[in-house]
Amino acid sequence: MKQLISFIKKEFYHILRDKTTMMILLLMPIIQIILFGFALTTEVKDTQVAVLVPTNDEASSRIIDKLNASAYFDVVARIHTTDEIQPVFRDAKAKLVVVFEDHFGEKLRHNGTAHIQLLADATDPNAATSFTFYASNIINSYQQELMGENKNPYQITPEVKMLFNPQMKSSFNFVPGVLGMIMLLICAMMTSIAIVREKEMGTMEILLVSPMKPIYIILSKITPYFVLSCVNFATIMLLSVFVLGVPIAGSFMSLVAVSLLYIFVSLSFGLLVSTITNSQQAAMLVSGMGLMIPVMLLSGMMFPIENMPLPLQWLSNIVPAKWYIRAVKAIMIQGLGITSVLKEVGVLCLMGIVLVSISLKKFKVRLE
Amino acid sequence: MIKYLLRKEFKQILRNGFLPKMIFIFPLNVLLIFPWAASYEIKNLNLSVIDNDHSTYSQQLTQKIISSNYFKLTNVSPNYNKALKSIEKGESDIILEIPPHFEKDLVNRQGGQIMISANAVNGMKGSIGMTYLSSIISDYNEQVVQDLMQTGAGTNSTPTIQINSQYRFNPHLNYRVFMVPALMVMILTLLCGFLPAVSIVTEKERGTMEQINVSPVSKSMFILAKLIPYWIIGFIVISIGFLVAWGVYGLIPAGYFASIYLFAAIYILAISGLGLVISNYAATLQQAMFIVFFFMMLFIMLSGLYTPIDSMPEWAKWIAAFNPLKHFMIVMRSIYLKGSNPLQLMNQLMALVGFAVFFNTWAVLSYHKKN
Repeated sequence: MKQLISFIKKEFYHILRDKTTMMILLLMPIIQIILFGFALTTEVKDTQVAVLVPTNDEASSRIIDKLNASAYFDVVARIHTTDEIQPVFRDAKAKLVVVFEDHFGEKLRHNGTAHIQLLADATDPNAATSFTFYASNIINSYQQELMGENKNPYQITPEVKMLFNPQMKSSFNFVPGVLGMIMLLICAMMTSIAIVREKEMGTMEILLVSPMKPIYIILSKITPYFVLSCVNFATIMLLSVFVLGVPIAGSFMSLVAVSLLYIFVSLSFGLLVSTITNSQQAAMLVSGMGLMIPVMLLSGMMFPIENMPLPLQWLSNIVPAKWYIRAVKAIMIQGLGITSVLKEVGVLCLMGIVLVSISLKKFKVRLE
Repeated sequence: MIKYLLRKEFKQILRNGFLPKMIFIFPLNVLLIFPWAASYEIKNLNLSVIDNDHSTYSQQLTQKIISSNYFKLTNVSPNYNKALKSIEKGESDIILEIPPHFEKDLVNRQGGQIMISANAVNGMKGSIGMTYLSSIISDYNEQVVQDLMQTGAGTNSTPTIQINSQYRFNPHLNYRVFMVPALMVMILTLLCGFLPAVSIVTEKERGTMEQINVSPVSKSMFILAKLIPYWIIGFIVISIGFLVAWGVYGLIPAGYFASIYLFAAIYILAISGLGLVISNYAATLQQAMFIVFFFMMLFIMLSGLYTPIDSMPEWAKWIAAFNPLKHFMIVMRSIYLKGSNPLQLMNQLMALVGFAVFFNTWAVLSYHKKN
């Protein structure tokens, strides 16, 4: 026991004395949470709009004012001929061009119909769909105003409710994702590198000939990263509750329990990587390619899994982060009890057991 | 002098055994897998319907929504609580509730109300699903208005504005067209940023740095010799990218290849320069990796790869302005999709030249021959 404690101490010194890595490990979650929470949103805001108005009249200027007044759009340019449309897009001056037809106001008053064309820069398809939708809504609302008393009697009004996340904050979506990524990064990547480094430097030999049991060597290696992960878990929770205002809707205890389980799975993944690689570079790449990219892509943190081709959907099932993120979303955001995430918990347990047994079996006590 | 140094660098890279493979395998992997996964294109949203009206209109509306390709009817519930349960179980994403007397109210010119509740835990899916559903409903509404007016139930004396939307540059709203050029930027950044960062630190760790330090090689010469190989690798990588984009996704830039190569040449210098700066400051491989990783993550998040820069708050836009990745991302997407030329992208060109000069000067200055 005394041996174990002194070894754990040694490992802590390793980490604490490498200030740069330490700082990055502790800062990373903070920066990620802040970026994800505040900067990364897909909502449409201040989209630059150019308007083509061949004839100035009241109707068209009212519509332009309405567009400009909304939070979605900024009218930045007025153009006068259709030839100017293409350059506006190419110079990235505007993403939407609203084209009024000749004598728009007059036609609207006398003929009862007038045309508007919305030209969207669809390089970003989703943004394009959203802002054309908003622009049409704004134009329609002007039309409603015109009708006044005569307003369209057959109007279907949808009343919209956003469940669990009424303000559509992107942080509700990203907090579980960042949790899933950071824990995996610290536990798996760091542990694997820490063990492989001893191999590369030749100090593993010293450890192996010492009277320490291999299991103690492993335990002492993973303890510091376990502690670090817990610190990061606490940071992320504090930031998300107090800074981002993401409440913990469900039980905090079940959240902690699931997270501990996930840390365990990640640590065992790190162990596995360390037993199959021999150089830091290789360990870094295996955990990078084998973990980071699948976690970002296939965990459902950023991109909806349901829309991927089937082979990728199957592949996503072996990414532990997918199950963890689903469980966290259910408990933290939707406020469901632990009973509704039994499947996720089961899968994580199974993964942990499989990983630990493979890596213990493969851990070499002898040098080749 | 530089000739020998370059020969040394190339031998080191080629004899590594792993690096040359990486240069081919990494871009291929990313370009073949990513675009399929990294998509916000939303299809097959699971719809739960509560139809309290059971009328022709409510059925027509439901039918129209299902036939739109975007929605799949997975649940029909008698009441809201049952439907909410199906959302909690993950069986449906969006609830459409049609109240009793929907048809009656509509025909009697009082206007019909319907309720949409979207599961907004997956923010993106919730909001996009909502947008799709609302536009389908308003399409349906127009149809209804026309029908009712024709049957003489109303008179058309009200002014109408007809809106016609057109999507430029990507008329089919294909997400892959949007992602592929951006992913080429990401690959270039990762390879040409990570590898140089590793190279000087490895020399430090192995002790071969001492030998360089006592040789008559000048500081800028050394940095240049480190830079040129990655420059060439960058060109190979981007050419692979062009081939895959054309062969697999049928994507050919609307602008000139030459303008992409021009921008790439400057961009690779900038990003490799940054890698070298980090490499100069880091003491161990692990440190270098983590610092690079940290910057890469920041750069990628704030590049507009996933979410539009325009929607970011002011402070984030400011950080993004100092992000070389963002500028090159704009360049690639503009040249590929819109066919912009270097003159139209002057701002980006200036910015990239600025970054290249800044990082490489810093790399030369921060390399000390003395310990």
